[in-house]
Amino acid sequence: MLFAGTPFALNRIELIRLVVLVLLALWLLLGTRRLKIVPSRGQAVTEAILGFPRQSIVIDTLGEKDGRRFMPILMTVFFVTVAMNLTGIIPGAQIAGTSIIGIPLIETIVLYVVFIYAGIKRHGAGGFLKNALFPPGVPWPLYILLTPVEFVSTFIVRPISLTLRLLMNLVAGHMLLALCWAATQFFFITLIFTNGQPLGLLGIGTFAFGVVFFALELFVALLQAYVIAILGAIYIQLALADEH
Amino acid sequence: MATGIDVVGQLAPLAFGLAAIGSGIGVGIIVGKTIESVARQPELQGRLQTLMFLGIALTEALAFIAVGVAYIPFPAP
Repeated sequence: MLFAGTPFALNRIELIRLVVLVLLALWLLLGTRRLKIVPSRGQAVTEAILGFPRQSIVIDTLGEKDGRRFMPILMTVFFVTVAMNLTGIIPGAQIAGTSIIGIPLIETIVLYVVFIYAGIKRHGAGGFLKNALFPPGVPWPLYILLTPVEFVSTFIVRPISLTLRLLMNLVAGHMLLALCWAATQFFFITLIFTNGQPLGLLGIGTFAFGVVFFALELFVALLQAYVIAILGAIYIQLALADEH
Repeated sequence: MATGIDVVGQLAPLAFGLAAIGSGIGVGIIVGKTIESVARQPELQGRLQTLMFLGIALTEALAFIAVGVAYIPFPAP
């Protein structure tokens, strides 16, 4: 704990979050300064990294016009999530900034407010609720059954699953990694070096699993950021969609 | 005299195991269907893979909800 006892007390995860945010802001500031039509190498890399979520998450889902409106919020969510997920596998940090509930919860609340706002802005409050709760094309007695289900799935399960998906992926990943490394340490150090038992050779297996899960966590970190951003985009798109 | 065995421990891991069954089946179906579709139309692979990951993410959320439930501090009986 840094600055323990003061209102600014920081634990390790919060410290990592702050460092990540500063690095992210620095990269965006320096990478997008002095833009030229013929890009330098640094600018080309920045453009490539920024271009992927811009095209494949935002524009492909929302279209050109609406995509530009919601671009900042979705890109922010994507990059903050990527950066904070990746600290989970950076040696020395080894814990993801998203692996306690704060960041996932805030991202979810932001996306929740944004998609409701988008729907209400486009269709008005009544139109949005009608779109969300009364899917067209079913005979009216079914609405008795369908409307509560739609309400629960849209307004309750969506934010909860969005939060828990990101949070629990990172928590479970951290636990898997910690389990593998701790087992390796136990087998190698405790059994072989201290006690000289050949059973410790099992550590080779746990070490190999640790390396495999390391790669898996890299994949999960990128995938979960992609998923939370594209789900946000899809929710906005569903809220904006006209009745058909 | 004690009557029978005292069962101690928590049920949360059991709940996660049960939830993982459903999610496992779901993910299996999604991946299997994607492989089938790619075998039929290999040129759609990129798009199908995106959809596959999206489907997997939606499905495994159910299992992760079960993990999350394990952290809710229910009062001990």
